[in-house]
Amino acid sequence: MDIIVKNLTKFYGQQKAVDNLSFEVKAGEILGFLGPNGAGKTTTMKAIAGFLTPTSGSINIGRYNVSDNPEMVKQMIGYLPEHNPLYTDMNVIDYLRYMAQLQRIRASKINDRILEMVNVCGFEGEKHKRISELSKGYRQRVGLAQALIHDPQVLILDEPTTGLDPNQIVEIRELIRKIGREKTIILSSHILAEVEATCDRILIINKGHIVADGTADQLRKASSGCECLRITVEDANRNDVVRALQSLDTVELVDTVADKADSFEVQSRPGESSRRAVFRACVENGWVLTELSPVETKLEDIFRELTKQ
Amino acid sequence: MIKKIFKTTSPTLTIACRELKSHFDSLSAYILLVLFLGFSGIFTWIYGSDVFFYGQASLQAFFSTAYVTLFLLIPALTMRTIADEMRGGTIEMLLTKPVTRWQIVGGKYLSVMLLIIIALALTLPYYVTVACLGNIDHGAVLCGYFGLLLMSSAYAGIGLFASSICGNPIVSFLISLAIGLLFHIGFGIVGHQFGGIGGQVAICFDMNSHFDSMARGVIDSKDIVYFASVTFAGLFAAEKTLESKTA
Repeated sequence: MDIIVKNLTKFYGQQKAVDNLSFEVKAGEILGFLGPNGAGKTTTMKAIAGFLTPTSGSINIGRYNVSDNPEMVKQMIGYLPEHNPLYTDMNVIDYLRYMAQLQRIRASKINDRILEMVNVCGFEGEKHKRISELSKGYRQRVGLAQALIHDPQVLILDEPTTGLDPNQIVEIRELIRKIGREKTIILSSHILAEVEATCDRILIINKGHIVADGTADQLRKASSGCECLRITVEDANRNDVVRALQSLDTVELVDTVADKADSFEVQSRPGESSRRAVFRACVENGWVLTELSPVETKLEDIFRELTKQ
Repeated sequence: MIKKIFKTTSPTLTIACRELKSHFDSLSAYILLVLFLGFSGIFTWIYGSDVFFYGQASLQAFFSTAYVTLFLLIPALTMRTIADEMRGGTIEMLLTKPVTRWQIVGGKYLSVMLLIIIALALTLPYYVTVACLGNIDHGAVLCGYFGLLLMSSAYAGIGLFASSICGNPIVSFLISLAIGLLFHIGFGIVGHQFGGIGGQVAICFDMNSHFDSMARGVIDSKDIVYFASVTFAGLFAAEKTLESKTA
């Protein structure tokens, strides 16, 4: 089921949290939502889940509009809120049963669904405990189980892996990947590697605006217009190398690497590649070239660059 | 039609059941029942103007003590209902399920009323005992119980509204007690002190005058309308407050 957000704007009093945001998520796509704190991620997700009423703009899920058909939409959405609020005085099974009833799952199916969720989210040993006795990781799983219990078409997960240990993060990621094959998922996170690992598409927002939209590779290409190489040259004088490389036609800038005497970073002019020229220069001077590798722009750098202002 | 009614009532019932269960799980229901039965029992049978003081086979004594006891206990029951959901953030969980705000408020109201019905049902032995002692007016007793239910419903409405105002249960308790006190004695005092149209209007809002006639066995449609409107006003205000807090 597609999610279409059009011109979404939300004010909290005088403060504009989301400013004219428009984007689409196709069925079966996993969208990663990135942005610094206070960028409007959570507000947007709350609006899609039907908890907040947007100041203006429309959100459609499939054929239904969130504000016109809230009940229909809420039946199709599984939502895991940011702080994962749970009834801590209930035990896990009772809580899931309550959520299943509120989602209007047929009474005859509720037990099967609960058992399936216990298996899928992996808290077999914890299922009879009170929620207040659970560790943060297990609480997160219960929150995820609650979001999945009615087998929704659309999943909205606000920072689903906070508080999990590295093993659990990998498990939850795999789980999201697995579920994501047939569902539309929007997930937000601070961990960029996680978004890159799980999501088909990345949306970076800052101060309520979209600043980047595309796959991780597309974002890289868009941000790094110039080729950047890291080379290591042995048996050579440092200054000679810099001078020789700087004199090449295709090279824009040569930089030494701080803690390594033999290494340099070479940035080419836009649209040009200087790999061959660097190799030839080394051969001509009789230097031994032991490393020549392209430097990939890290997602972190792109993120920082886009959200700095 | 029936399907539609079932669809709209079922989440309300689900919420009411969970609330009732959590009252019993957290002991608060037992404490309230013990307090209610203790107070009403003492003042009905042992102390003050009790049944034997009247010398009549009537439950007047019980109705007047229950009236005061419920006035104090209902705010304690309602104070956590909505305030806790706001403070714990679970209101977000509820409102992102296919559940309306009315169903949430309705479910909570229903759970409070169910607990009060249980409390009142446990006083049936009083009725049986008095009926054994003498010639009791069955109609008046029925009417008195009905009056207690109506009055509880009005206070439950007020309590839910107070609970929706802020996330702190103690503040909710005090607010609902303050509003309750206004209905309990405030309007009566104002009405009797000042004459004229203002006084008349104030008397109309006084809960005592509406309850007394019912406790005596007179059911007047205007009393029922009064209690129903106070209840509805409370629930309506609660729903609106919830809307303003979550929009």
